[in-house]
Amino acid sequence: MATKGVRQLDRVIIRFAGDSGDGMQLTGDRFTTETASFGNDLSTLPDFPAEIRAPAGTLPGVSAFQLHFADHDIMTPGDRPDVLVAMNPAALKANLDDLERGADIIVNTDEFTKRNLTKVGYPSNPLDDGSLEAYNVHPIALTSMTVEALKDFDISKKEAERAKNMFALGLLSWLYNRPTEGTLAFLRTKFARSPQIMEANVTAFETGWSFGETTEDFSVSYEVKPAQLAPGRYRNISGNLALSYGLVAAAQRSGLPLFLGSYPITPASDILHELSKHKRFGVRTFQAEDEIAAVGAALGAAYGGSLAVTSTSGPGLALKAETIGLGVSLELPLIVVNVQRAGPSTGMPTKTEQADLLQAMFGRNGEAPVPIVAPRSPADCFDTALEAARIATTFRVPVILLSDGYLANGSEPWRIPEVADLPDLHVQFATETNAEVDGRATFLPYVRDSATLARPWALPGTAGLEHRIGGIEKADRTGNISYDPANHDFMVRTRQAKVDAVAATIGPTEVEDPSGRARVLVLGWGSTYGPIGAACRRVRAAGKDVAQAHLRHLNPFPADLGEVLRRYDKVLVPEMNLGYGFGGQLSMLLRAKYLVDAVGYNQVRGMPFKADELAAVITTVTEDLP
Amino acid sequence: MTQNFPSLSLVPKAREAQSAKDFKTDQEVRWCPGCGDYAVLAAVQSFMPELGLARENIVFVSGIGCSSRFPYYMDTFGMHSIHGRAPAIATGLAASRQDLSVWVVTGDGDALSIGGNHLIHALRRNVNLKILLFNNRIYGLTKGQYSPTSELGKITKSTPLGSLDSPFNPVSLALGAEASFVARSIDSDRKHLTAVLRAAAAHRGTALVEIYQNCNIFNDNAFEPLKDPATRDEVTIRLEHGQPITWGAGAEHGVVRSPDSSLKVVETADVPASDLVVHDAHAMDPSHAFDLSRLAETSLARTPIGVFRDVDRPVYDDLMREQIDRATGTQGGPAGEDELTGLLAGSDTWTVR
Repeated sequence: MATKGVRQLDRVIIRFAGDSGDGMQLTGDRFTTETASFGNDLSTLPDFPAEIRAPAGTLPGVSAFQLHFADHDIMTPGDRPDVLVAMNPAALKANLDDLERGADIIVNTDEFTKRNLTKVGYPSNPLDDGSLEAYNVHPIALTSMTVEALKDFDISKKEAERAKNMFALGLLSWLYNRPTEGTLAFLRTKFARSPQIMEANVTAFETGWSFGETTEDFSVSYEVKPAQLAPGRYRNISGNLALSYGLVAAAQRSGLPLFLGSYPITPASDILHELSKHKRFGVRTFQAEDEIAAVGAALGAAYGGSLAVTSTSGPGLALKAETIGLGVSLELPLIVVNVQRAGPSTGMPTKTEQADLLQAMFGRNGEAPVPIVAPRSPADCFDTALEAARIATTFRVPVILLSDGYLANGSEPWRIPEVADLPDLHVQFATETNAEVDGRATFLPYVRDSATLARPWALPGTAGLEHRIGGIEKADRTGNISYDPANHDFMVRTRQAKVDAVAATIGPTEVEDPSGRARVLVLGWGSTYGPIGAACRRVRAAGKDVAQAHLRHLNPFPADLGEVLRRYDKVLVPEMNLGYGFGGQLSMLLRAKYLVDAVGYNQVRGMPFKADELAAVITTVTEDLP
Repeated sequence: MTQNFPSLSLVPKAREAQSAKDFKTDQEVRWCPGCGDYAVLAAVQSFMPELGLARENIVFVSGIGCSSRFPYYMDTFGMHSIHGRAPAIATGLAASRQDLSVWVVTGDGDALSIGGNHLIHALRRNVNLKILLFNNRIYGLTKGQYSPTSELGKITKSTPLGSLDSPFNPVSLALGAEASFVARSIDSDRKHLTAVLRAAAAHRGTALVEIYQNCNIFNDNAFEPLKDPATRDEVTIRLEHGQPITWGAGAEHGVVRSPDSSLKVVETADVPASDLVVHDAHAMDPSHAFDLSRLAETSLARTPIGVFRDVDRPVYDDLMREQIDRATGTQGGPAGEDELTGLLAGSDTWTVR
């Protein structure tokens, strides 16, 4: 058999879309793993409904997985797919608007029945009525070909049909010349307990591959060469996994046992799942009765000397607020992970947003300041977790880490760090009395370190250090109950000064301005890093100057941030929030603190920004300068 | 006079003999004069030396309310936390530190209203905690609103025409959550309270001790029938494991099992002694203890006190520790740097040169 020609591409965006039960996330995951092991740079965007199995064949039931891979370094999962795999009419209808004309559409014709078409409101079959003429449609009977290929297996028709996603994966793997050993090994492990199902899936996958090779519908296959990333050993990693690993690493680097108190909530639950596996690392995971108990147990563990963490999403952060305030008052280290999702209230659990910055900043009674950090990409969740642990343990304060649904489930290649190169996070517990009262050596729990303003971390079990702490206002140094006006004023100021002191331990704002001539600075935080970066590249490629900076530390800001902002004629702040009428949540903070005219660009669609849309906004801002 | 408590075998012992004085702090006790809390504090401070534990390995965690000031007056480690959350905080502490004796001090509002969820789940999990629930049937610190243990129709500041909700029986609630240890005592009965504390300390797992406590400002004499020498013998059922359940000055009242298996109050003279129900605190089935808890009348016309239930069942923090020990013990101790390197790399890696 003659081998078909291979055409070189520098990048491809594929979107797999189907019914919630069609296995699209698994298919996308496998294609991603094949792509990662091939050495492309990549970025992924899983996009699925909150319902576990929405009614079959309906628009709300569509689950999609988008993957962008390239022979060069890329920053986003891509704006518009080059290839759409649509397993049914709903998947086609829900995703068609995102395609450029000329895009490839692979459709499973078996599902384009009258009933299914009616279900999603297609008056006629789009495969026949000419409405897809602008696209390169590949009609393939995925289901029946899979069933036919599996007819000799001792499995039900339903089980055979379920393997159609592997047929599709096999076809796409052929089309883009992906290595297949990983997927075959994966199927053998996943279905080890049912050999018939395992063989059926392997056969479906191989049949899909062979179909690509033989069908005349695909005249060539494509190749995207490995990317030239910085030298090192790489793996693919999602944000929640990187965050979990960051916490495990922080525990080892601090010499503290890790304790996670958590209550299941989308999209943060995977952190609980992951950490519960790592008992070898001494990790204790506590699935609490509610969000409040989860943070309470974590705070109790912090009091006992654990590296204590609670993980949640926005609604859970609201419930934890009072306990975080207690942590501020007790001055104990605590890491609060908020994997943000679209709100308010239940909102859209599986869709991303970054609208909890103000909640993290101000969402407690009284003045209860906490440091806030945010990762910028899935892999950066690892480093940000370590940074949260550093701040919490050094300053004895709850730290809020703001991830989001896009970072949590998205993935990218990660250069695996050397453990020895990770920061040393060892802490000093109090071991001795620190004051003399009435001629007697005594331990006072609120005597502070002069540089960090941290109070001693004195663990139960340390002889001579018995003391009482509480959420009630306490006297400076002694920690005894105090309602003294001057003391309260002093303590409120001191708790703020302690958080402010974090700024002295973080680096200056890093600004990327290749030409050095930019007059516009695009400033972001969290998961918008990729789209903003990609947009800035496009703007620069079009011959314009623009600077980009991205904040990891949102409270306190880097010490030089005000000065950096004032260097530019315009500061543009794209955020996935509206900012309550204050022009964006970060914009509001920047304006309030630095009196700069930060301009927001705000969207809350539950999806990351598209790079081309941001590029257009940036271009307009640069052109509008006087 | 320290005793051996196998339940506390993981907690370091005191180096020297202790007295009640060793457990007193320099803080002025700020409860109202005449408050029942003073008696409970004195009983606990006097009892602690019996445990013979290093003071630094004892932790008192409380919520919010009058009784929750308790930790400030105990010269151990202590945390006065937030309303209702003490069981959750103490769970995290106990689950991560096997070498501590962790006590929770709470009240009827703290434990049964705002913190009800944490209480039932602590009891269900059977975490190694001793929970002292001070029940005065009123909100004291907020100045006199009815509580979840106030009798129906209670006239208070927030219910001028009488409260509309039926009260919890905390013992029944705890048994419904399948608590492994449930007892009730009275602030003024030092001897009984001490015996109950002793039994609670000897129990491994969660122990719930309900202590009837008088609030002389907002709900004075709430438990008077149990205290008044003229009435107390007639209304107090003193439960003792292995003994027939009888009460009254001449043990003239008792209970038998009806044919429908419910408990029936009888005059002991009217039934053969062998028909009288004998208390079995160690019965695994909680129904026996639950039936006893239902003998209580909100009016206090009849009130069982003592240990209702004291059974061994798996302890949450012990199981958690066992899982970790098994994972770390079988392969020569906890994971080190090499294993972390392996974890970070996973199974699918590629190298860029």
